[in-house]
Amino acid sequence: MQKLINWVDERLPIVDAWNKHLGKYYAPKNFNVWYFFGSLAMLVLVNQLVTGIWLTMSYNPSGEGAFASVEYIMRDVEWGWLLRYLHSTGASAFFVVVYLHMFRGLMYGSYQKPRELIWIFGMLIYLILMAEAFMGYLLPWGQMSYWGAQVIVNLFGAIPVIGEDLSLWIRGDYLISGITLNRFFALHVVALPIVLLGLVVLHILALHEVGSNNPDGIDIKKNKDENGIPKDGIPFHPYYTVHDLLGVGVFFFIFFIVVFFFPEGGGLFIEKPNFEPANPLKTPNHIAPVWYFTPFYAMLRAVTIDLFGLDAKFWGVVVMGAAIAILFVLPWLDRSPVRSMRYKGWLSRIALAIFAISFVVLGYLGLVPATEGRTMVAQVLTVLYFLYFILMPFYTRMEKTKPVPERVTG
Amino acid sequence: MRKLIFGLFIAVLPALGLAAGSTVPLDSFESDHSDKASLQRGAALFTNYCMGCHSMEYARYKRVADDLEIPVELYEENLIFTGAKIGELMKNSMNKDMAADWFGAPPPDLTLETRLRGEAWVYSYLRGFYKDESRPLGVNNVVFPAVGMPHVLVGMQGLCAVEPSIGTPASVEPLSGNINNADVCPEYAIEGSMSGAEFDQAMYDLTNFMSYMGDPIKLERERLGIFVLIFVAIFFVFAYLLNREYWKDVH
Repeated sequence: MQKLINWVDERLPIVDAWNKHLGKYYAPKNFNVWYFFGSLAMLVLVNQLVTGIWLTMSYNPSGEGAFASVEYIMRDVEWGWLLRYLHSTGASAFFVVVYLHMFRGLMYGSYQKPRELIWIFGMLIYLILMAEAFMGYLLPWGQMSYWGAQVIVNLFGAIPVIGEDLSLWIRGDYLISGITLNRFFALHVVALPIVLLGLVVLHILALHEVGSNNPDGIDIKKNKDENGIPKDGIPFHPYYTVHDLLGVGVFFFIFFIVVFFFPEGGGLFIEKPNFEPANPLKTPNHIAPVWYFTPFYAMLRAVTIDLFGLDAKFWGVVVMGAAIAILFVLPWLDRSPVRSMRYKGWLSRIALAIFAISFVVLGYLGLVPATEGRTMVAQVLTVLYFLYFILMPFYTRMEKTKPVPERVTG
Repeated sequence: MRKLIFGLFIAVLPALGLAAGSTVPLDSFESDHSDKASLQRGAALFTNYCMGCHSMEYARYKRVADDLEIPVELYEENLIFTGAKIGELMKNSMNKDMAADWFGAPPPDLTLETRLRGEAWVYSYLRGFYKDESRPLGVNNVVFPAVGMPHVLVGMQGLCAVEPSIGTPASVEPLSGNINNADVCPEYAIEGSMSGAEFDQAMYDLTNFMSYMGDPIKLERERLGIFVLIFVAIFFVFAYLLNREYWKDVH
């Protein structure tokens, strides 16, 4: 075995790579429960890729055959039902872990210098993930697949001058049709996964270049022992590989409860109208995107005023786009001398709490039909969402921070 | 953390509301896919009364025969009317265009009906027909107003003269001991061959069968799920011990 390793290593630096990324990658020893979600996101990604490949083997990407082929997978393909539920539940699980992973970043300032690129690659992953999920949701070709896609693609139509042509170009037809299904299929199973994998590699390479942040937000590389090893660092393997197994166990327990007992997720993971084949002539009473998009959908609907002669819908799209775009510049908005919420002041903590609550409640509002009262709440929350970012340069500088310890605290 | 759990809870809440979907009150329904006798009676009812118009084109006869423990010869003899082979999909010979002319819309495929509208909806709908001379077919439905479907089961249920009281379960008056709403229909315009209770049971079987058809793997899935969860729990114990062993030397 050692001879084989040596043979390969003389031709490809595998020992070096192993040490750099696992065996001698020193991670802070004080990771808490929030640090499980990165590795869990990888786990879900692998689940999506593997189940996706097998689903592709039996799926028929055509307007005539798509819906029936999904039922064929559910009924006639051996273990097809399991593959599909793992994939559909995995999509929602992906967003659960990614949202928690991002929240961790916000809490402990993991986006701050020198980790700006890690954050930006992460945001790009999030963006691609949304595109991937959106296109994947069209594939079962149910009513909600169809009308959800119709609504979202029509949003591009709100852009002045080029809008109509742009949405026509995306659809490849005057309405969502088999043509659209075919191109979404190609993007969902080939193009976007390649981009996603590339971004994940960049995300991790950038992380391993500067090292992991930790709940104290302090730089463990400042305190090294005589061998040049951070005093508060432990090798990722075996310490965090065995540690992450705990997270995998808990995650799988919850994940499989959904897969085996509540695969529809109470209508959140697979919406009820999707049990009816797509019908361009019949609009469902209430079109709601899948839950992970609803915070942004609520923002879109919250914009109700026409401005500068442009439709409210256009400004809704702008707000929705801005809500995601503003996350990209987060590393430059935070002017705090400390990273972690543990040592930031009350203003930052309150701001983060308001932000988190706004996001969750907006998610709820995006799921339910709009009423006048709800729209007003959504408007207030949208403003709060943006204020978290816009005011950040001020409150992070104004507030009094606590002294940061030299070494990590438990 | 607590805030987050609360947030997730809020996010799940609407699902409970959305699940109800329809605004009409419905009778509750609890399916039981392990009650093979009920499923067999439901299969017989569906084949005899529904399948002439409504296909179940995503499912195969063979799967139903196997899952419901009906011998293939018996199934072919009694429950396949189209001359289809046992391995074929459960289609019917109704022409969709002509059906659209007759009923206003072609009768929908019912393989996934219970998952689309919910079991309670189907159960209530089946018992919700009543006499309404203003409608072209002389019947209407409290669960599905202005329905295009005729009351196919009139021979069994009879025809209710007034709107049946769907959504109000039977109750006993404490003083007189009278039972209210034992029968959803208080007054019949045409008497059927079954009593109210018998018809409710028949509709339970039919809905139960449709529920099975919508999710035929449910029993097996839940049975497997238990083993998977036990496996994950045992895996967690070993992961925990392994982790504790390694982390002993981290201070």
